Amino acid sequence: MKILLIGATSAIAKAVARIYAERHASFYLLARNEERLKELADDLIVRGAAAINSQVLDLTDTTSHAEVIQNAHKALEELDIALICHGTLPDQESCESDFAQAEKALNVNGLSVVSLCTEVSKILKVQGSGTLAVITSVAGDRGRQPNFVYGAAKSMVSTYLQGLRGKLLPYNVHVIDIRPGLVDSPMTAGFEKGPLWSTPELVAGKVVRSIDSKKHTVYVPGYWRIIMAFVASIPEFIFKRLKI
Amino acid sequence: MQLHGWGRYPRIDSEQLEPASIEFVQAIINDKGFRDSVIPRGGGRSYGDSALARNVISTRFLDSFLQFNEEHGTIRCGAGVTIEHLLRVAIPKGYFAPVLPGTRFVTIGGAIAADIHGKNHQRDGSFCDHIERFSLLLASGEVLECSREENVEAFVATCGGMGLTGIVLEASLKLEKVPSITIRRESLVSANLGECIELIEKHQASKYSVAWLDCQAKGEMLGRSVLHLAEHEECGSQEFRKRWGPTVPFSTPAFLLNKYSTKLFNNALYSLRKKTAGVKIVNYDSYFFPLDNIKHWNRVFGRKGFMQYQLVVPTDSAKVALTEILKLVADSGKGLVVSVLKKFGESNENLLSFPSAGYTLTLDFKNEPTVFALLDRLDQIVLAHGGKLYLAKDARMSENVFKNSYNNWEKFVEIKNALDPDCKFASLQSKRIGLTSQV
Ligand SMILES: Cc1cc2nc3c(=O)[nH]c(=O)nc-3n(C[C@H](O)[C@H](O)[C@H](O)COP(=O)(O)OP(=O)(O)OC[C@H]3O[C@@H](n4cnc5c(N)ncnc54)[C@H](O)[C@@H]3O)c2cc1C
Ligand SMILES: NC(=O)c1ccc[n+]([C@@H]2O[C@H](COP(=O)([O-])OP(=O)(O)OC[C@H]3O[C@@H](n4cnc5c(N)ncnc54)[C@H](OP(=O)(O)O)[C@@H]3O)[C@@H](O)[C@H]2O)c1
Repeated sequence: MKILLIGATSAIAKAVARIYAERHASFYLLARNEERLKELADDLIVRGAAAINSQVLDLTDTTSHAEVIQNAHKALEELDIALICHGTLPDQESCESDFAQAEKALNVNGLSVVSLCTEVSKILKVQGSGTLAVITSVAGDRGRQPNFVYGAAKSMVSTYLQGLRGKLLPYNVHVIDIRPGLVDSPMTAGFEKGPLWSTPELVAGKVVRSIDSKKHTVYVPGYWRIIMAFVASIPEFIFKRLKI
Repeated sequence: MQLHGWGRYPRIDSEQLEPASIEFVQAIINDKGFRDSVIPRGGGRSYGDSALARNVISTRFLDSFLQFNEEHGTIRCGAGVTIEHLLRVAIPKGYFAPVLPGTRFVTIGGAIAADIHGKNHQRDGSFCDHIERFSLLLASGEVLECSREENVEAFVATCGGMGLTGIVLEASLKLEKVPSITIRRESLVSANLGECIELIEKHQASKYSVAWLDCQAKGEMLGRSVLHLAEHEECGSQEFRKRWGPTVPFSTPAFLLNKYSTKLFNNALYSLRKKTAGVKIVNYDSYFFPLDNIKHWNRVFGRKGFMQYQLVVPTDSAKVALTEILKLVADSGKGLVVSVLKKFGESNENLLSFPSAGYTLTLDFKNEPTVFALLDRLDQIVLAHGGKLYLAKDARMSENVFKNSYNNWEKFVEIKNALDPDCKFASLQSKRIGLTSQV
């Protein structure tokens, strides 16, 4: 199994990679921190990975995407799974007062992902097989006061994937949109954690099962589908007053 | 946030930092002017207050393997790697952990800090006897390479040192080659404590040995137990497997656990184990981690939590001391679940390590005001017989009891002061037992 992992040092990506390493997969890893990338590569080898190649890269550098993805394809020869995991949780208040901050957040969580999907799709189309899986978020389901810039980026990606899924269907390429709820990872380090929180390992298990069974839109854990359906059903005249 | 150990007593408001990699741990120690003490934390499986302080640095994300020499069986990994993950990697290659605690959620850092023991201490020693080296982050930000050849004092103080010397970042461990991980278990029933000790003595050659004891049986039946001996099968499984089980979703109201219900429970468990007497082929995880299958089982003891009391007394006085202790416990009716009795081999040179030649008994008690006086009385029996209590389980031992039972504590403090002159690293426990000052 040949896997391209983008944003590989994210807690969720790491946990997914470990599961595939036990299945002796080969990896191409993309992340921006060289030292942690090296640490992950060593870890995956010990856990059973067949081969590892990697590239250090700031993923918002969209001009390099075409070349980087082609290099990954060359190294792996085939591409069974491409999983896009990177993201940042921006400070909503500063995004509201400073567009530069909002733009940055939209770039990392939205545009860079679309760019990567474009390049990966080209390769998968030619190959006529493979799965493109992207981690978005339940935050994209409805714009909420505490994080609507992040949410807007995520919902852009989700909408994009809905269309792409159909476009890639004739090429036997599968597209999965994975929407985690609250995950106890470095991204949410400062948050007070409660019963609705899950772990990167739990999310990873579900990501792998969804890829195995070719799901389309996946909420992790599953109860977030119900929670978000409820959130979506709140009438706007009430919703606009809610600070949730 | 509110933090507690596995016993859910005591609790403390603390700031928990979860650095995403080794460089971040270093950055925290270098940059952050902590106003209060700091302590590292692994899986949070110590029962009492060893991993509690105003500032806690979790090793949760130091969970990478760095290197595995399959030929020699040495593995190098981050301090936050758990026993579960260690087994995941080791088992398919024909290796096994040389020492296993009763739960797979313990981390390598926590195992080093408590120099944990397994059911094979007599034969294989404790966890740190299999540690070849580790790197230790000091309060100054310096990283010290420690082994039996290099920085030996830091090594013997850190092994068993309950996180007080610094943060273990990564370590190298020698794994054990085993024929299989299928376990051949032989269960022997004994009618009382005397018989049980005789059986343990008789079967000293057994690889693993642990007795489950009914701590509520009295009189003739005092200390009645089932001894589980075990060996690895020559031909058997070489596959890691994880069992799934139920979760205890919230705390059980504590009044449900009373004298009568626990007695019933202990009785039932005893007869269940007795029924399974004889030879049986079992899975390694059900032998080593019998309770891990029930997530959050510590919640059944109610919101106020519970305490585990683990003591060791020298072999010579074991029967007398344990009889006295079991009598007090049985009469009080306060002992919960089933107790565990094991025999330890010789101690090692680590300054605060718990295991030393003799018998170790583990008892559980619900946290209620009357239990403290009972435990104080048990302390006196343990002290009188030259024994001591396990720091990884303790939440209430007094400074006096500690200093009268851990003979090397002064030497430890000397090394600790050299490694951490401003006493940055301290836990609720270290302050309580006078290893670090109260403020
Ligand atoms: C069900 C159960 C069964 C058990 N069975 C056994 C048994 O059979 N034998 C046995 O010996 N113990 C046993 N224990 C106790 C357990 O093994 C020890 O308490 C162990 O220290 C827990 O490790 P942890 O990773 O959870 O560490 P924590 O509980 O988080 O911390 C324990 C201590 O280790 C220190 N520490 C943690 N990480 C580091 C680090 N990286 N560097 C320096 N110090 C660190 C902490 O400061 C603290 O003092 C059992 C516990 C449970 C819950
Ligand atoms: N945690 C949650 O509650 C939650 C909920 C829903 C969805 N998600 C989504 O899940 C995904 C994974 O997040 P996580 O929880 O695993 O958090 P995480 O560990 O913080 O992972 C985020 C990763 O994105 C990387 N990254 C950010 N900007 C980058 C850039 N410009 N170039 C390259 N890499 C960059 C980070 O790299 P560095 O390590 O170098 O910083 C980090 O590895 C994200 O897409 C996130 O939005 C998370």
